[in-house]
This record gives sequence, structure tokens and C-alpha cells, in this order.
Amino acid sequence: MKDQGGMRLSEERLRGLLVRGLAGEAAAYNIFLTELTVHLRSYLRRRLAGLPEEVEDLLQELLLAVHNKRHTYDPKQPLTAWAQAIARYKLVDFMRRRSRTDVLTDPFDEDDPLFATTSNDAAEAHYDMAKLLRGLPERQRLPIFYVKIEGASVTDTAARTGMSESAVKIGIHRGLKALADRIRGFG
Amino acid sequence: MKTDDLVSLLSTDAETVDSGVPARRYLLALAGGTLVALILTAGFLRLNPALWRETSEPMFWVRETYCAVLGVLGFVAVVRLARPGLRLGLAPAGIAVALIAMWALAGVTLAAAPPQNRAQLIFGHMAMSVECPFRIALAAAPLFIAFIWAVRSLAPTRLRLTGAACGFAAGSIGALVYSLYCPELAAPFLATWYLLGMLIPTTLGACLGSRLLRW
Repeated sequence: MKDQGGMRLSEERLRGLLVRGLAGEAAAYNIFLTELTVHLRSYLRRRLAGLPEEVEDLLQELLLAVHNKRHTYDPKQPLTAWAQAIARYKLVDFMRRRSRTDVLTDPFDEDDPLFATTSNDAAEAHYDMAKLLRGLPERQRLPIFYVKIEGASVTDTAARTGMSESAVKIGIHRGLKALADRIRGFG
Repeated sequence: MKTDDLVSLLSTDAETVDSGVPARRYLLALAGGTLVALILTAGFLRLNPALWRETSEPMFWVRETYCAVLGVLGFVAVVRLARPGLRLGLAPAGIAVALIAMWALAGVTLAAAPPQNRAQLIFGHMAMSVECPFRIALAAAPLFIAFIWAVRSLAPTRLRLTGAACGFAAGSIGALVYSLYCPELAAPFLATWYLLGMLIPTTLGACLGSRLLRW
């Protein structure tokens, strides 16, 4: 019972944060993603108990998915159901990919507890996001770099890159989508 | 990259999300798809010359309502399936009711008709019934492409089912457009060939769903 009450509490809280985030409040959106990360990480840890190495990779893929698909959230629907459906979809997709590509590798190789990572270190993914970013075309890479990493405004970025403001926004949007595809090994 | 860094990357300068985007996409898909279906039907098949006269027959409206109801229910299913975490609701049950109602009407019509007329009630006047499902599928093609395009920008999590729903909605609306050409009004004809026509894109959608809609 207590557990349910706790879930309802975080449901209300997270929903409020996301709704404000969707309205353009970056600070609320940041808290939303940060708190969602905690939930998603424990969700993935429970389900990928035998593959602790993969948790952080999949978690980042999930966060990108949540971000790229946030326009599909309807504020009238429970946030938990929405996030969980995305998480389950990505988890199944991940398992399917893994069973296709990893049939020949022995998962027990690195299972030696000596090399098991502690939970504090696990907040880093294996793939190199910086490298993935570098692989993007300039029209996507520069806007993401200036706006998202350096924290410059869209207007400044437009002036610095010679792109129009809407091109900067489109570049960020498409770039994050391309990143999500590249992580999955599509691009 | 650290997950915390990704979170701050995603939330830095996060823009306002326009909640009307999905609705506008659907509207565009529906309008564009229907328009091309109309052009295909009117261009390749010609409209039924007796169309105006037929509008006075109750079965004309039964046929149009049948296709329209299936189209609306199929579309509702698409919209719900394209958003993560929404239940499908009553749309499948509604579709089943409409299909069963048409089968029942077909049964009654056949039972009431003299035996020598029954074949014509099923196969139609022009004995071209076999082509009918393929023509419906042709009219449905632009709608199918349009729906897949709209759904790809959203986040379906049950890909086969969503593909099938796109196909069924396209098939039903395609049948509605095709009916402007088709002179057949008998319930046994509709219960057979129209349904088969709707099932072609439905099957296609179920087969291609996981490939076309992955994200």
C-alpha cells in the first residue's frame, strides 16, 4: 500500500515536471529527466540483472528516445504508463538486437566478479558520445555543440554558424534523432 | 559519456513542444491520402454514372456507413496505438460488431432471395468481383503510405498491430472512396469482397509493421 502511494506521488510530481518541460521550462525538464533516470536505471537493473554492463548504454538510449518522442505524451494520460511503454519497447528491441548479433560471443567472459563495476561507476556508457557527435553532419553537429553543450542561445549559434535560427533548431532536432539511430547501429 | 551529461545536454535550451503536431500530421495524412485515392479512383476507374440515382437507395447508405464506421474505428485504433502506454479501448470490439452486422445482413439477404439470384448477390452484376479487393487495395495505397508516414513520427510500441491498424484504416477509407465507382450494393457482395479488399492492406501492414515503424 505504502509503495503504491509512493508511486502515485512520483507520478504526479514527474507529470507536473514534464508538462512544464514541454511548455519550454528547461529547468523543470532537467529535473524531470534526472528523476526519470533514477527510475529507469533501477527498472533496467532489475531486468538486465545478468548484463550489468549494458544498463547504462540502454539507459542513455532510453533517455534519447524519451526526449525525441516527448511530443507523443498526452498530459491527460498517466506518465508512468507512457514512460514504461517506451522503456519496455526499447528493452525488447535491445534484447532482439542482442540475440541477433551476439550469438557467438560468450557473455560469461567478463562476468568475473573481480571486474564487476560498482554502482557508482556505472553512470557512464560504453559508446563514445563525443565520437558519435563528431560523425554527424555539420548542420547538426554545430547546433548541438553550441546550444546543447556550450549552452549558447539559438540566436548566438545562428550568428556564429551562419545558419538561420530555424535551421539551428532543426539541426538539433534531427541531430538528436540521428544520434539515437547511431547508438542502435542504424546509421 | 556520463548519463548526467546526456541529461543536461538534452535539457539545455529544451524547446516548447507543440502539442498540436500529431493532430496536424494526421489531418494532412487523411486529407492527402483521400485526395490521391479519389484521383486514382476517378482517373483509373471512372465514377459510377448511376451514383446520383443510387443515393436514393437505402443500401447505398448502408454501404457508405459501413466503410465510414470501419474507417473511423480503424483510425482511432491507429491514433491510440501510436502513443506509448495508451490502451486500445473499444475500437477492435466496434470493428467486430460492424463486421458481424454486415455478415448478418448478408445472411438475411441471401436467405430471403430466390435461389437463382443468390450467386449474383455474392458475385455482383459484372462478374468482376475478384478484381474488387485489388481495386480497393489500390485506392487504399496512398492512405496506407500516409498513415505510416504520420505514425513514424510518433512512437508506436506494438509495431505489427499498429501496421495492421494503419492498413485496416486505409483499407476502409479506401473502400469508401472506391464505392463511388463500384455499382454493387448487395450486402453479400460487401460482406465478402469489400472486406477482402480491406484485409489486403491490413495484412501488408502486419507484415511490414515491424520494419516500417521501428524507432
